[in-house]
Amino acid sequence: MAQELIDTANHIAGYAAKAARVKVVAAYPITPQTTVVEKIADFVESGEMDAEYIRVESEHSAMVACIGAAATGVRTFTATSSHGLALMHEALHWASGSRLPIVMAVVNRAMGAPWSIWPDFSDSLSQRDTGWIQFYCADNQEVFDTIIQAYKLCEDESVFLPVMVCLEGFILSHTYASIMMPEQSEIDKFLPQYRSGWMLDVDRPYSHGNLVSPEWYMEFRYMIQEAMEKAKRLIPRIDKDYAQRFGNGYGGLIEKYMCEDADLVLLTMGTIGSEAKLSVDRLRKQGKKVGSARVRVFRPFPTEEIRDIAKNTRIIATIDRHISFGMEGFLAAETKASIFDQEDAPIVKGFIAGLGGRDVTSETIERMAEKSLKLTNLTKTERETEWVDLKE
Amino acid sequence: MKTSNLKDLPKDEYLLKGHAACAGCGPAISLRLLLKALGKNVFLVVPACCTTVIQGPYPFTSCAVPLQNILFESTGAAASGIVAALRQRHLEDVTVVGWAGDGGTVDIGIQALSGAAERGTNFIYVCYDNEAYGNTGMQRSGATPYGAWTTTTPNGKKERKKDMALIMAAHRIPYVATACTSYPLDFVTKLRKAREIQGTKYIHLLSPCPTGWRYDSSKTVEMGRLAVTTGVWALYEIEQGKFKLSSPSERLINKDRRKHVNEYFSRQGRFHGLSKEEIERIQKWVDEDWEKYRKINADSSTFENLIE
Repeated sequence: MAQELIDTANHIAGYAAKAARVKVVAAYPITPQTTVVEKIADFVESGEMDAEYIRVESEHSAMVACIGAAATGVRTFTATSSHGLALMHEALHWASGSRLPIVMAVVNRAMGAPWSIWPDFSDSLSQRDTGWIQFYCADNQEVFDTIIQAYKLCEDESVFLPVMVCLEGFILSHTYASIMMPEQSEIDKFLPQYRSGWMLDVDRPYSHGNLVSPEWYMEFRYMIQEAMEKAKRLIPRIDKDYAQRFGNGYGGLIEKYMCEDADLVLLTMGTIGSEAKLSVDRLRKQGKKVGSARVRVFRPFPTEEIRDIAKNTRIIATIDRHISFGMEGFLAAETKASIFDQEDAPIVKGFIAGLGGRDVTSETIERMAEKSLKLTNLTKTERETEWVDLKE
Repeated sequence: MKTSNLKDLPKDEYLLKGHAACAGCGPAISLRLLLKALGKNVFLVVPACCTTVIQGPYPFTSCAVPLQNILFESTGAAASGIVAALRQRHLEDVTVVGWAGDGGTVDIGIQALSGAAERGTNFIYVCYDNEAYGNTGMQRSGATPYGAWTTTTPNGKKERKKDMALIMAAHRIPYVATACTSYPLDFVTKLRKAREIQGTKYIHLLSPCPTGWRYDSSKTVEMGRLAVTTGVWALYEIEQGKFKLSSPSERLINKDRRKHVNEYFSRQGRFHGLSKEEIERIQKWVDEDWEKYRKINADSSTFENLIE
């Protein structure tokens, strides 16, 4: 029997790791991730979870310990935020380069200096190049479902890449909500035994990760790119399968809402995507044809789905909870890159909002939508990416 | 269970010929012995270090046991993950060995090693110490001794060598030992003893390097012997906190049994910058250490008596 669970997204992430029958967790506390690992510590110490929790002494060690454990043939899990993720940076490269199926929850939090504990996507988006698959969740149910789906995805032999499941700090991590947790036996049917492409094995000794000359290195990198392409096709299939079994689906790579006849599509990520649905409803009542599309998977970037949306609308307004200094938010930049050669490409208007946890309400989004609807012929100034709700 | 003769070691080779070490490489000699001593049920964890290169480039390897190459600072962390996973898979007869250079141990690697030791991780960690960052061309490390030339200390290092064995003993792990490439039976005995002990075992292996120490590549074994017979390097164990000199060093407790340190320094190009005064100062440091060793060895005292 599926069971109702009312808990924070962080605790729910812990439940998901338990349901996925993870065997080794190596993690280091950081706000606002801490309650993930505290929950797992509880589960392990009470015997409810048959796993080992390595209380490592830094996030860099957390990722490397996961690499060691995954290389030794067990399912692993970790979680972090912000500077912890940044500290792991080189290890993220090593994990994906090693083609190890590790899953990590990233509880999104802004980067310092100055210190901020509140959410934005600077932490995970600045790791977009590390070869990790990236999911962005909009609610607690999606956090649970996505972690389970992530293991199915990353252990597929066409993929073998690590996955980060991102959720905004405090908005989701510390907020109680009701979810339905599928029955363990059903999850076991969906998620078979751990599998990886290679393993440390005394009967088949290899040296893993040793020096690769220019003669061979590019091919290894190409294989990772290929795996990302395969993941792009596999993610919607896994989502569909999961929905059929457990009732919750998210539309694969992008969750679309009322985009079919929209003049304007609000392109979002994370909880801003949930809020955007409220804005769409209100705008539709006023007769404005607005839709919203929540990018659930940022890596691999859903280029084809973005092009599809672009074909059917006049304006795309991207809302980035992120800035790449000296350029713009990555959602805006990559959307533009995806459609630059499209005939009759729509206007793409970029908005930067919600950095360091500044609230992005459905009213704020409505204002962005109203502004965007007026942009039929953009002046140079109007075309530029705009920062929302900035104090004078 | 002491191995009394090199001929007792298995004939099987796990470090194959044709590896990429420099001629006369101390660490390569010792790695070969380590693998003979411990056999095929070993996972090696190797951070960025000389051995990264010694094993040879893809698609070849000279190492016939599973070897996980890992990031420079994280041998201890990788070992922690591997040990936990082995336990979850009920594969308890695999020995996990961290094999790291001095840089990846006393400098950039110290955090992960300290963490692994504090958690009592069940593995053997061997620091093969050639007293500089060998892989990147002989820059100084925290293990470089006072007065040594390196590419980043062209006038000789001004600081003393970090005492990693004592740092590890302060973690209260069950077994700490020093060893030297030139004393193979001592090294093998210590490895096999370590394998039988549960918990974190640390062996600090002085491993002469002709490339970095500037001596003829045929003289590696001689150089290690001189390190010990001058008392510059002491061979000992700290088991459950109790200190005990190993027999090659125990013979040298009386100062007149030890050669003058200059026998060691004068034969290495890296020490040619040392003045007569500095050499005498170093001789004094060595004699002071040995006075402590003499007292503590006499009543098998705890290692804390080694710290001033």
